[in-house]
Amino acid sequence: MNPLSLKERFEGGQSLFHDLDPRIKVVMSLGLILGILLTPEGAFPAYPLIWAVLGSMAVVSRVGVWRLARLGGIALPFTLAALTLIFTTPGQPLLRLGGLVISDAGVVRFMGIALRSWLAAQAAILLSLTTPFTDLLWALRSLRLPSTLVMITAFMYRYLFTLGEEAERLIRARASRSASLPDQKGAGGSLWWRARVAGGMVGSLFLRSYERSERVYAAMLSRGFDGELRGYNPPPFQWRSVLVGAIPLLAVALIQIMAFLWFRGVR
Amino acid sequence: MFPPFLAMHIPDGFLSIPVALVGWVLLTILIVLALRQTREQFKDRQIPLMGILAAFVFAAQMINFPVAGGTSGHLLGGALVAILLGPWAAVLVMTSVLGVQALLFQDGGLLAIGFNAFNMGVIAAFTGYAAYNLIRRLLGQGRGAQLAATALGAWLSVELAAIATALELALSNTSPLSVALPTMAGVHALIGIGEALITVAALAFIQQTRPDLIAGSVKTAARGSGWIAVGLLIALAVTFASPLADPNPDGLERVAEDHGFLSAAQEPPFNVLPDYTVPFIQDSAASTIVAGLIGTLVVAGVSYGVARLVEAPKADKSTSS
Repeated sequence: MNPLSLKERFEGGQSLFHDLDPRIKVVMSLGLILGILLTPEGAFPAYPLIWAVLGSMAVVSRVGVWRLARLGGIALPFTLAALTLIFTTPGQPLLRLGGLVISDAGVVRFMGIALRSWLAAQAAILLSLTTPFTDLLWALRSLRLPSTLVMITAFMYRYLFTLGEEAERLIRARASRSASLPDQKGAGGSLWWRARVAGGMVGSLFLRSYERSERVYAAMLSRGFDGELRGYNPPPFQWRSVLVGAIPLLAVALIQIMAFLWFRGVR
Repeated sequence: MFPPFLAMHIPDGFLSIPVALVGWVLLTILIVLALRQTREQFKDRQIPLMGILAAFVFAAQMINFPVAGGTSGHLLGGALVAILLGPWAAVLVMTSVLGVQALLFQDGGLLAIGFNAFNMGVIAAFTGYAAYNLIRRLLGQGRGAQLAATALGAWLSVELAAIATALELALSNTSPLSVALPTMAGVHALIGIGEALITVAALAFIQQTRPDLIAGSVKTAARGSGWIAVGLLIALAVTFASPLADPNPDGLERVAEDHGFLSAAQEPPFNVLPDYTVPFIQDSAASTIVAGLIGTLVVAGVSYGVARLVEAPKADKSTSS
């Protein structure tokens, strides 16, 4: 019931996957997502095979196949946006609902979108379950993302929980001053009043954040900040981790090559 | 909270790969520009300030306000940051927010992040900022004008981001434009009202307690006119996308054709670009693009002219720069 609790997905652990070089994990996850999205329309045998690849990764990283599958459902509500495709895609009519016609091509396309998004979400979740965010940032930086952007994001992560708790305090203060009797009608004022209270809280949070940034900057200056942030030494690059990271990519590539060969004629 | 499918965080799988890549390219260019601009604006305060404000936007999105019947709204924040600190700062802040949401909480896909950050960062920041400044130039520096400008900027930022999302989904052939556009635009017209109310209230609060912050933002606004170019670019990009999005006529015309009253519609007495096509270009998609382009440039030119006229009486411009 508490919508405020800000919790990271990362779970520490010891596994081949947890210990993999974060750079390789990021490249591998993006490659996997790209590979999943390339699945040709209607190539349904490819989906369980790709799921098997993700499932074995879940087993290796001790996350659990079913747990990962359930977490992958996070994007499923969005599939409603694609649901109308089953009516609008031209194809053989399957079912008539009043004036609406469900076509076979539409169902195939919708299923494809839903399955691809579910599998891609699992690949992304596996990455964040097994990689600390600071490692992710370091990996992104060494993969040539603009370093200033990465440092800004690192700062954001550093103060995310601080300001999250600041927001919680504001919300708690509002809640403790907004008591109403159970049978009281119209408690809480008009819509504009409620919006103004929320807006005032946002403004107040902005000022606290802005002033905190001034304090933080002054503190950084006092410690000799010259516009550059320094990080720890990178772990050595090992060809062995490249091999480990390449296995799932090769598996998905193989599945996709087969799918393309099989389903070229069908389309 | 609003149901997630009405939100604008596109998960992976809903944008086709070419569309997602276009988003990445656009975002990369704008990030590089934004990094340069904010570096100039904030010097080495840039990193702590942008980072902490990104955390602020994230935390501010947790502050809910009950609307009715169990639903509640919250701030998106692009327009607020753009009005307070300028559009380039807002682009960086919102990109960080969306990056963390995608990487840490899988709110929005990793490949889709290009357009997610483009919609809720770039489009929201520049439209919010441009609308805010235009209204202030038209209506003056009074308090009422400021709040009206804020409200319009916040509402437009949400509405245009939603329209862009619908266009991208339609371009990817994941959601037909005739469904996605009215749904997204309609729902976000309401969500935008919430955004406008909260942004106005937040700005009014900041104006009361730290008026110096807002005065500072006006000064930086006068300096850079690069946002006009970027706003124009966004408008042009949307123009380019629109005729490619859906070969079917748009919703109203479709209904009109189905009911056979399109022929009954009266033509206006004069017609510069009939039916948004340029007469001497045969290919219909290209012609629509050219017509949209001309229209966009004309609108931009007129707005710029109006803004200049309103601004002209201020003679102290030469001393400030």
